[in-house]
Amino acid sequence: MKILMKSRAQQIGVVALLLALLAPLLLDSPSHLNLAILVLMAAQLGVAWNLLGGYAGQVSLGHAAFYGLGAYCSTLLLLNFGVNPWLGMLAGGALAAMASFAFGWSCFRLKGHYFAMATIAVAELLQIVFTNWEYAGSAVGVSIPFGQDSWAAMMFSGKKPFYCLALGLLLLTLAATWGIERSHLGYYFRAIKDEPDAARSLGINISRYKQIALSISAFFTAMGGSLYAQKELYIDPGSVLSTALSIKMALVSILGGVGTLLGPVVGAVVLTVIDELSRSLFGGTGRGTDTIIYAALIIAVAVFYPNGLVGWWRERRRVAAAKSKGAAQ
Amino acid sequence: MSLLEIHALTMRFDGLVANQEISFTLDAAKIVGLIGPNGAGKTTAFNCVAGHYRPSSGRILLNGQTISGLPPEACALAGIGRTFQIARTFTSMTACENVLTGALLRHKRVNVARERALHWLRFVQLDAFADKPAGSMTISEQRRLAVARALATEPKLLLMDEVMAGLNPSEVREMVAVVLRIRDSGIACLIVEHVLEGIMPIADKIVVLDRGLKIAEGTPAQVAADTLVISAYLWYA
Repeated sequence: MKILMKSRAQQIGVVALLLALLAPLLLDSPSHLNLAILVLMAAQLGVAWNLLGGYAGQVSLGHAAFYGLGAYCSTLLLLNFGVNPWLGMLAGGALAAMASFAFGWSCFRLKGHYFAMATIAVAELLQIVFTNWEYAGSAVGVSIPFGQDSWAAMMFSGKKPFYCLALGLLLLTLAATWGIERSHLGYYFRAIKDEPDAARSLGINISRYKQIALSISAFFTAMGGSLYAQKELYIDPGSVLSTALSIKMALVSILGGVGTLLGPVVGAVVLTVIDELSRSLFGGTGRGTDTIIYAALIIAVAVFYPNGLVGWWRERRRVAAAKSKGAAQ
Repeated sequence: MSLLEIHALTMRFDGLVANQEISFTLDAAKIVGLIGPNGAGKTTAFNCVAGHYRPSSGRILLNGQTISGLPPEACALAGIGRTFQIARTFTSMTACENVLTGALLRHKRVNVARERALHWLRFVQLDAFADKPAGSMTISEQRRLAVARALATEPKLLLMDEVMAGLNPSEVREMVAVVLRIRDSGIACLIVEHVLEGIMPIADKIVVLDRGLKIAEGTPAQVAADTLVISAYLWYA
């Protein structure tokens, strides 16, 4: 227990995990449970995005491409070949990881803002392909007919199983990130972000390690896409391949704190709650009031907490520690 | 056979010839100073050896193997460590993690790499800073940190680009002590330097460049007496 409780951040993490595990028992209303699922799914995407965008510092605004690939892969495999969605989810992840080589090959030639712009273009391209591809349902999209409640077929009429699935996938993604953070990959990713030239001088092949970060990130993003498809039983290019979705993945991380394990989780809670609250409070009042408030709050967080909420928290702890040290002397 | 052999190294940037047919050698566990006035082509030659530039012509050999044209990461693997004019510290990491990242080249297990990192931090006398955020250290400390980080890749040859520039006299003495310790542990040093009082007393050999050409080579005493060198420096002084 002592090891678990090393710092305040870890205490909060443990409490949050317990709350997350108990939430399905406490939340009775389907709308609250649905909000919780949205938070978990946004958090999972943020954590996956953070591997490339946060740790390795390669800001992608095209991650919806992987999300869409995951969603379409598992759905089309299920509809056309009867492939089990659990397998479909893994296949989607694998397909996205493979596709990420083409994505990386075309985008990693560019740096910084230009890289981000190229990722938008690649994702838009994929969206156009799917919008016009008859086999994948074109712009109309594809729906999965509901069979019966079953864990084996990943099909549920209620919300609670999806809560468990979303939490499980989030924990899996967090565990992978935790492991990577502590391995040589974590150090190499941060080195590439901080000083690419210095990283190369230490023998780090930065193209290879950027691609590794992208592939792992794409794999987990696609699994999130497959889960979304099973939850909604309907996908179309607008819902799983849109640039707005890519931006949301980045926002969740940036708001919470890039390059930190739990930053995207914090960001997902804050962003989703702001989104839902502004919609329920102001959504009916006029055209777009909720969106304006949502945007204003995001800008406020970005201006006042440029290192994200986790970064702000760490800074506060550091200052407090320095103060108590000064007082003790 | 020398550790490093540079044969007729030429580097052109469009019309500008930064290095013209430069040749010199460097033996194991020796200190060679590469000096010259501003714009002499020191850093260009240095960057060719480090793999940062691909030479327009000429050959660079390390232990008899051609390394010219290899990318920086392959040069590091071949046994060339380097520092930069600005320290290029990994600021999101602690001092120990900076050096650890270098040690990972030869030791992929993080625990082993951390042990090696602590060894190199002691070597440059920064062990007290191991858990400090690297970005909060002074310029002089970050320079030594960059040296430790490069040493952690276990090079045969360490390239140092103006490690003494901008340091006060006591910091220069600290750095000189570090350089001597590096040589004593069997690693050759090629040092590009402006601070002549730092490099002249410790170098085994000095190579002088001026306007892209090698104008002198020899012991520090020989070079200091060379009329070409004196006029090159006076011209710009």
